Amino acid sequence: MSNSPKPIQATPLNPRRRGIIIGASDGIGAALARKLAKEGYTIALVARRKDKLNTLCAEINSAEKDACVFPYVHDVANYDEVPDLLRKIIADLGGLDLLVFMAGVNFPPGLTSYNFEGDRKMIEVNLIGAMAWLSPVAEMFQNAKAGQIVGISSVAGDRGRVGNPGYNTSKAALTTYLEALRNRLTRHGVNVLTVKPGFVNTEMVKAAQGSTPFIISPEQAADDIYKAMRKRKQVIYTAPIWRWIMLIIQHVPSVIFRRMSF
Amino acid sequence: MQKNFTQLENFGHSLSAPSYLIKPTSIDEINEAFSLAKKSGLAVTARGAGRSYNDAALIGGGIMLDMRGMNAITEWDPATGLITAQPGTTLEQVWQKVEPAGWWPPVVSGTMTTTLGGCLAANIHGKNNFRMGPIGEHVVEFNAILPTGAEITCSPKKNGDLFYAMISGLGMLGIFTSVTMQTKRIYSGLLSVDAFPVRNLHEHLTALLDGAPNHNYIVGWLDGTASGKSLGRGQIHATRYLNEGEDPNPQETMKVSNQILPPLIFGVFPKSLLHYFMAPFMNNLGAWGINTAKYIASLPKHTFRQPHAAFHFLLDYVPDWELSYGRGGLIQYQSFVPKETAEAAWTEILTLSNKNGLPSYLGVTKRHRPDKFLLTHAVDGFSLAMDFKVTNGNRAKLGAMLQEFDKIILQAGGRFYFAKNSETTAETAQAFYGAETIERFRKLKKRCDPNGLLESDLYRRIFE
Repeated sequence: MSNSPKPIQATPLNPRRRGIIIGASDGIGAALARKLAKEGYTIALVARRKDKLNTLCAEINSAEKDACVFPYVHDVANYDEVPDLLRKIIADLGGLDLLVFMAGVNFPPGLTSYNFEGDRKMIEVNLIGAMAWLSPVAEMFQNAKAGQIVGISSVAGDRGRVGNPGYNTSKAALTTYLEALRNRLTRHGVNVLTVKPGFVNTEMVKAAQGSTPFIISPEQAADDIYKAMRKRKQVIYTAPIWRWIMLIIQHVPSVIFRRMSF
Repeated sequence: MQKNFTQLENFGHSLSAPSYLIKPTSIDEINEAFSLAKKSGLAVTARGAGRSYNDAALIGGGIMLDMRGMNAITEWDPATGLITAQPGTTLEQVWQKVEPAGWWPPVVSGTMTTTLGGCLAANIHGKNNFRMGPIGEHVVEFNAILPTGAEITCSPKKNGDLFYAMISGLGMLGIFTSVTMQTKRIYSGLLSVDAFPVRNLHEHLTALLDGAPNHNYIVGWLDGTASGKSLGRGQIHATRYLNEGEDPNPQETMKVSNQILPPLIFGVFPKSLLHYFMAPFMNNLGAWGINTAKYIASLPKHTFRQPHAAFHFLLDYVPDWELSYGRGGLIQYQSFVPKETAEAAWTEILTLSNKNGLPSYLGVTKRHRPDKFLLTHAVDGFSLAMDFKVTNGNRAKLGAMLQEFDKIILQAGGRFYFAKNSETTAETAQAFYGAETIERFRKLKKRCDPNGLLESDLYRRIFE
């Protein structure tokens, strides 16, 4: 039932943490996969694009000289697939300590136009896709009294802005959902980390074609996330400066914010 | 199923894995679990008390059957000493049932919390292995359910191949549903124990070899922190049953209340707290201090009488003693080596462990003889069990050292035991079992479990 080659068997002297990264084929997901593989995790990489996924797995496994990452093709909008796939992945990995939900799409409608189809897709992937994975995993971790959930939200969820109402909404909802999970799960020994990246040099940001202040590399974002995971933090911004920027932005009075166009 | 997702650990708290935990109370419910496994593409493992030091009772991401829900003693005949019980029955239940009538389980482990199913799956041995063999030799008959749904009865005569393979088979061929065992007649609740020191490994092994024929049980404590001329020093406990008439009042000494370990030490201090006070000594310096003090205390040779339970169940003396090893837990490395090569091989591994600064904090030796079970760990020789503390800092070094140990033990014609060793590789297992034995096991596995439903993390490590 397991993939071939099979994952490294955990023993007391070679303990393996096991994780799933949803939305791992490039960008921050790929960088985090490389980082976690190096840190001794066995990881299931879940993404839509099979070729990219396979290439990434081959690259990481040959760099680590061991079978650390395993590909699973899945579109997060296919919610019904999740329970079976999740069960299969956990059986293949031999357990689960970490779930990272990273999948996200962005369809900026432009400053004056509207695009329901794009909005709907963003909610379906960024929010409902996350709920489809996080809800069963939260239940498992709650019962196991162990585990860590990492959700990649965005600074875009901190305020509704003129540029992309649908994206802001999807990320604001995801942030709130993660906060609620944290409030449920902390008492069961489960850590929930919300990550709010600013601009990261990925395809999504390149496609958005705006100005990109404080942009960082996906590797830097992955390092920040890993550090926060180790410290079992609750909410982080990456790059960290966004914490202060967003603090200001969140406090800009509406009467001014309405007149701004970013 | 998510509701049953449970994090399970091994005895040493050194490894954990989550499973979907089901607690069957009947054969039908075991069958239902097999159907569920088949439908959902998951593996199944049965677990008793979870007292293995490795991954024998773990199946990460699979279905775990907690067999302790089936723990009834269904038949007991004080005239013949035959007992029949369900697989979740613990040795504690068994001895407390049989002893007042003048019987004792023929083979017991160092803790009484183990279950019959687990004892058979690992084919446990006691301090009388050289005389009584493993527990399997005292099983008259067992019933089991196979993953195919077939219910079978096995004895040495009936389904003999499965009898000798399922006992020692690590739960990978089927699940025991009932065990009938012959217990041993005793004439007192007390044992006569000769305790004497041994100054080095040669004396130690000679004492085990020469002492065994005159005793019912023999066990050595080995100071893993001693080196040089004192390497292998320790203390021997050579023990015999009391003969009929030696105990003037056997009815009294065989009472359960006169066997049970006291919950307080010095009459005031609760033992449940003791492990907190042991934790500060669980480092090289502390272990050296304790082992040295224990050796000095063991120097006077003496003979005393001790209740069976107190003699056998040392691991239960301090409740939760495993917790004193800290967050990384502990592992046990037990090697079984022929009597001709044991001294040289163990001199080498004890020297190596001292040189590496990774001494065993507790060493235990026993005398063994071979048996007929398929996946046997026994040899005509001795075993040495070594406890090692696991920390984040020592994992890599300890792992490399144990691989060295494996080579030395294999070279010496030795074997390993799968209730204990956690780091044995598939290649090492192949080397000591031999290709033919593994092939026979695989054939039986295919016959009993054609869909490969029964899998533990141990099975994945060794046989896949």
